[in-house]
Amino acid sequence: MMSALLEVTGVTKRYPGVVANDNVSLTVNAGEVVALLGENGAGKSTLLKAVFGLIKPDSGEIKIGGTPIVFGDTAGVISRGVGMVHQHFQLVPVMTVAENLILGAEPKRGIFINKKAAYDEIIALSKRYGLEVDPDAVIEDLPVGMQQRVEILKALRKDVKLLILDEPTAVLTPQEIDELLIVIRNLAKSGVGIVLITHKLHEVMAVADRVVVLRGGKLVGTTSPKETDEAGLAQMMVGRSVVLQVNRTEAKRGGVVLEVKGLEVRDDRKIMSVKGVDLQLHKGEILGVAGVEGNGQRELVEAICGMRHREAGEVLINGVATKDMHPHAVHEAGISHIPEDREKHGLVANYTIADNLVLNQFDQEPFAKGWIRDLNEIAKNAIATVEKFDIRTPSAFNTAGSLSGGNKQKVVVARELSEELPVLVAAQPTRGVDVGSIEFIHNQLISARDKGAAVLLVSAELDEILSLSDRIAVMSDGKIVAIVESKDADRNYIGRLMAGLKE
Amino acid sequence: MTKRNGYFLFVALATAYFYSKDGDVTSSVYATGAAFALPLALAAMVGIMCERTGIVNIGIEGTMLLSAFVAFFVSSLTKNIMIGLICAIFTGAMMGLILAVMAVAWRMDQIIAGTIINILATGLTSFLYVQGRTIPSVFQAIEVPVLSKIPFFGPVLFIHGPLTFFGIFIILALYVAIYHTSWGLRSRAVGEHPSSADTAGVSVVRLRYINVTIAGAIGALAGSYLSLELVGSFERGFTAGKGFTALALMIFGRWNPLGALGAALFFGLAQAYSNQLMIDQVVNIPTQFTAILPYVMTIVVLTISAGKVRPPAAEGQPYEKGQA
Repeated sequence: MMSALLEVTGVTKRYPGVVANDNVSLTVNAGEVVALLGENGAGKSTLLKAVFGLIKPDSGEIKIGGTPIVFGDTAGVISRGVGMVHQHFQLVPVMTVAENLILGAEPKRGIFINKKAAYDEIIALSKRYGLEVDPDAVIEDLPVGMQQRVEILKALRKDVKLLILDEPTAVLTPQEIDELLIVIRNLAKSGVGIVLITHKLHEVMAVADRVVVLRGGKLVGTTSPKETDEAGLAQMMVGRSVVLQVNRTEAKRGGVVLEVKGLEVRDDRKIMSVKGVDLQLHKGEILGVAGVEGNGQRELVEAICGMRHREAGEVLINGVATKDMHPHAVHEAGISHIPEDREKHGLVANYTIADNLVLNQFDQEPFAKGWIRDLNEIAKNAIATVEKFDIRTPSAFNTAGSLSGGNKQKVVVARELSEELPVLVAAQPTRGVDVGSIEFIHNQLISARDKGAAVLLVSAELDEILSLSDRIAVMSDGKIVAIVESKDADRNYIGRLMAGLKE
Repeated sequence: MTKRNGYFLFVALATAYFYSKDGDVTSSVYATGAAFALPLALAAMVGIMCERTGIVNIGIEGTMLLSAFVAFFVSSLTKNIMIGLICAIFTGAMMGLILAVMAVAWRMDQIIAGTIINILATGLTSFLYVQGRTIPSVFQAIEVPVLSKIPFFGPVLFIHGPLTFFGIFIILALYVAIYHTSWGLRSRAVGEHPSSADTAGVSVVRLRYINVTIAGAIGALAGSYLSLELVGSFERGFTAGKGFTALALMIFGRWNPLGALGAALFFGLAQAYSNQLMIDQVVNIPTQFTAILPYVMTIVVLTISAGKVRPPAAEGQPYEKGQA
């Protein structure tokens, strides 16, 4: 019998205070799509990094094509035909697509890089897989979807037999996701074995042949989309039944709290991307902003929160105008903000979880007495919050950077909800977060609303918008093209508006 | 491009004007300028090689100082400047290796690591320095046949010591290597985004070790040039801040070897001019003022031409595998 493409046997990896992988075994055959499911911190990325030679497991064996790999030998693993698309793109931002693609195995002429051969190879590669790229484009100028494409081509470059995809769809638009799933299916058809990590259960149902579930570092089961449904997968992951549908009572809508008038904002390239937005957000409601990413939502949120210059218009809280470009003043005026990019704007990676949890009130009672921080109170708060929000960490005094993505997000959400300010702006609050945590975060947003907060929810997930919002504003090309009551909302209608179609 | 061409045109016109006034003096001022520029340019190459792979090296000054000392001291003991040179280059490479161990293996703060190198060099050279030693000779100037007979360009570019020619070769080779070889591509990737390089199968740690060590050897060449070719002696604090000036030139040249070479030539020329002004006493101002001319000119030019400076993104950050 032919040996399996990938055979992981009894792999264990311990980090101080946690067992990331506990005796995990996994087999992947040629032409098969295996989805690896699990909560944040369940050990999925750890396992795949071990397979790719980026970390060294403490024990166990990993075989590719029947022969064991040397732990930690990335170059060796690559030469055996393994490609990996990383959760955080592994592309050099200031270099061109071509330079990024050839890095590590450059075509040469003498001692020099053979640029012509590199171009020919890239063009042939992108034709072969139907993934078009411009070899001369600089990575940092490209939209995320295009960067993803480069990342995939990079992984496919060396006649890949096994392709590992670590949350490839987390930052993609729905259209880009559909395209990617087609690419994955085609690759599998051509005989490539694929391991896919994702939190989006419908993607698993759509593309996987087999589903392997990890929980707390242990393998808890194997199933297939034919044998189960999304609810069943969620239950396997979390170990209890998960309510995928949000329980939401009718909103008790109060007066206008946040008012945005004629707001105009430019994006990083100085192009006008919010083109005159008016919004009124009421006490006790969730207003969802739906839209294809890149239609000005990010700039809108940043301008409201004082992080980006407002070219025109104003943002009022309870009728009082807030200061432009002054996040602190805006926060004082009453806006909590769950930022879209938690790594950059949500956390200080080198600070402890405890300190990150009080970043918004470190200088106020009870966390400070005058100029002196009260470390006792900070610690008490941290321990209680870690417990309440189920933040998976060996200790509340580890650095925030050591947490997995979903747990980082819980820290941000916990902190921003702790103050109970009149307005909560939540941008992509569940991006890259597992279903169990999504359920939790959704319930937190609803309960903030029920306590009387005005919640502005921006999300690229239309399902999230539909299930949480009381009213839905559709944003397209920098404008709010429609605001509908969610009970009248029709998925197709909103989808058409998002795409910029008129009615 | 046009702005840069403007500078070149200005320099060329000024040079032609001075040359028409007094050919010999102008040639000799420019030759001196080139001689002053070389150690700065080489020292800037040390910075470029290190920072391109993400290691900040502020120990260039110390590397130059200690290797200039070793070059002089060993030459003086053995009466052979070749042996002095070889020992100096070995010393420089070792200092690079020490920096690499501190910065890469021990993940020390790189500013502190560089400072240790500088203090070590200052301490050792002050302690071991003996007055009155001499070396048999300096490296003698070579006249390149035919080319050295060209008016102006001959004496400025083609009558120099062997270390100068070797240094220029290194600078040009480094330029080609950084932009046209896989070593250069990998080095830049490691300095910008090390985990990308790592996931492409490039060993970040190995490349950093290699580059910082070779850079140390280049720094030693700059130091040896000072004690064995340009001056022929050694004093305490002999390098007089050239290693730090080089870091400014590296930034001015945007981490590009040719850019840094251009910046060094400009600085060296300014220094040669200020010396000439002192000798000629054309203007009746205290020498202290003419002596600061090169620094003032550097500040002025840096201010005028400075745009958005963008250092390698991963500069100064220790790399940990698997933390992507």
